[in-house]
Amino acid sequence: MRIQIHHEIVQTFDPAAKGLIESLRLAPRSHEGQHVIDWRIDVEANCRLRRTEDAFGNFTDMFSLQGPVETLRIVAEGVIETFDCAGVVRNSIERFPSELFLRDTDLTVPDAALRALGATIKSDDKIERLHGLLLVVREAMQDNEDGESAASGLTAAQALASGKGGARDLAHVFVASARAMGAPARFVSGHYFDDGKAGAQCHSWAEAYVEKVGWIGFDPVHCICPHESHVRIACGLDWLDAGPVRAASPGAIAQTMAVIVRQSGFLHAASAQLQGQQ
Amino acid sequence: MVEQTFWDEMTGGGADVRTVYGRVNEWLKSTPPDVLAARRTQAELLFRRIGITFAVYGEKDAAERLIPFDIIPRVIGQSEWSLMEKGLIQRVKAINAFLCDIYGAREILRAGLIPPDLVFGNPHFRPEMAGKRAPHDVWVHIAGIDMVRTGEDEFYVLEDNARTPSGVSYMLENREVMMRLLPDLFSNHRIAPVENYTDLLLNCLRSVAPPRSAGEPVVALLTPGPYNSAYYEHSFLADRLGVELVEGHDLSVRDGVVYMRTTQGPRRVDVLYRRIDDDFIDPLAFRPDSVLGVPGLLDAYAAGNVTLANAIGTGIADDKALYTYMPEIVKFYLGEEAILKNVPTWRCREADALKYVREHIGELVIKEVNGSGGYGMLVGPHASKAEIAEFEKKLVAQPDNYIAQPTLSLSTCPAFVENGVAPRHVDLRPFVLTGAEGSRVVPGGLTRVAMRAGSLVVNSSQGGGTKDTWVIEDA
Repeated sequence: MRIQIHHEIVQTFDPAAKGLIESLRLAPRSHEGQHVIDWRIDVEANCRLRRTEDAFGNFTDMFSLQGPVETLRIVAEGVIETFDCAGVVRNSIERFPSELFLRDTDLTVPDAALRALGATIKSDDKIERLHGLLLVVREAMQDNEDGESAASGLTAAQALASGKGGARDLAHVFVASARAMGAPARFVSGHYFDDGKAGAQCHSWAEAYVEKVGWIGFDPVHCICPHESHVRIACGLDWLDAGPVRAASPGAIAQTMAVIVRQSGFLHAASAQLQGQQ
Repeated sequence: MVEQTFWDEMTGGGADVRTVYGRVNEWLKSTPPDVLAARRTQAELLFRRIGITFAVYGEKDAAERLIPFDIIPRVIGQSEWSLMEKGLIQRVKAINAFLCDIYGAREILRAGLIPPDLVFGNPHFRPEMAGKRAPHDVWVHIAGIDMVRTGEDEFYVLEDNARTPSGVSYMLENREVMMRLLPDLFSNHRIAPVENYTDLLLNCLRSVAPPRSAGEPVVALLTPGPYNSAYYEHSFLADRLGVELVEGHDLSVRDGVVYMRTTQGPRRVDVLYRRIDDDFIDPLAFRPDSVLGVPGLLDAYAAGNVTLANAIGTGIADDKALYTYMPEIVKFYLGEEAILKNVPTWRCREADALKYVREHIGELVIKEVNGSGGYGMLVGPHASKAEIAEFEKKLVAQPDNYIAQPTLSLSTCPAFVENGVAPRHVDLRPFVLTGAEGSRVVPGGLTRVAMRAGSLVVNSSQGGGTKDTWVIEDA
């Protein structure tokens, strides 16, 4: 499937930011099942974007600005071709052995409830256990539609206790309980393309490592393994490693940052044509 | 339990005084106690006037306290010191090689010498640093290696402090105060100087500056601010080094370059001697709620535009669980046997060791793997039954989090306490500086002394005091 994505982030600062420094993880990389055909990032301000690769192999674009900045628009857009690989991620950039993804982070420390999630699943097969976990997480957590855009810093344990959350929270819960089960797991951020409904939306899901198979995606919101509707942008131990934007405004006290995310996505013309011919 | 006898550094356990202590002994004998008491009062006055204080976490009324100072110097002979110095430099060399490797090719894991989960699951291992190289491959520029002595030739390393070791200001201040108080005693010893520590430190910091900075590299000391327990030391060192003392909000990163706010406008910084913990150093890369750090600092470091001393992620090397592997680490990277011995340690993560520890809990010292400053540890022989039971619960719940060591028969030194001169337990923290041209150790270091009779805990946060440490020419 060929998907065209337009991802727009508008940040509004009150009071105006004197200075601004941000790191963006908005650029996807190609791997089996996902080919980046065209992609660009635009920050509508007079600054230089410096691209580096972070420790997990994600593209990171850094920029800094001298203020005052009241509003800043960041656009990431491009065309991606995706194929259904049954959720298995192959030929992605891997900088660490899977063992690293067993470590806890502040956002994914397992509490008793998170441990209990995995403990109820009875199966010897690792993949089956993870699919089981997917169901359990979905049942335990209500999907909260706008959870993704809220800048809440809920930990996995807090999210599970509240019983609802956005895609990010569900992914954290999955990651934390998978790790508690002994499966290396990581957080993935990206886009989910829903042709019938909203076009494209920012999305988060999880990946878990299974011996001999590799990394497999698990999307607790849709209760499926990612397929051709998922565009994978970045991965890491938790949201902080993989989320689209981290921003800091040096010296700012009691400053509020409002973020609006606008997205659109549609089947690319070339792909539609292709389907027409069939 | 074996009855513990302690080796005394002045008498060596026998009736005679060891040669290095000859003159100090004569001085002690010829000086009446009231003169010693007067000297101690003068010392306290001097310290108060200098304002050298520290804060004890968890104490309400005393935000700042004076560290107890003992006026009887600790004496180490030059030949003893030379051996120790060689061992220290070797150890720091191995630690640096280990850090290069663990954040690089990870050969040591491939060789199967260290269980990988000890590295990858370690909170002090920073995935963010993987694949990055430290300038000149120096990760630990300032190391404080805690040593104890148990006999004539028996030195053990208690722990390696490879993050932001503190205490060097006490080493320098103690010497200054001693020279003012007891000039006579100084004049009849040939004592190796420690005053050049700050010069060595500055040279070391400048030597690792990014190669493309033109002119004299700009060094600054980054402090978390006045609420930090070691703030006095930060301001003291910045003053002695002749560099700016900065807090996070004084610095900013623009296009991968670090600038410092000055009255003449922004000034580029090449080397940051940072005394902020990894977690707080960059809210863009680590804890996002940190207000102490500098956003973008890690990026500037990765771009090679600033050097951090010590580098981020060095905590993995002073982890108490990895400590037990130090002899193997030294051998793996340097092909040499470790000169300094490790204290025998049980890794509670191993089932057999845990069993042993639980059986002998009353005899051992049990420490948290990632703890420091004497917090969260159990000294078996000095703990009550209730304390032991309490601690055992924690130990069983999370055995990975603990290591156990025998209570070492730490050497004693004469100290002037309430009722005269009496032996007290001591340890030693020498400071190893590593720059582009290799390592240097200032002769001596910080001697910490447990002022309570029989106590083995020397941490200043737990009521320990300090002494001046003299390395003197062998008679």
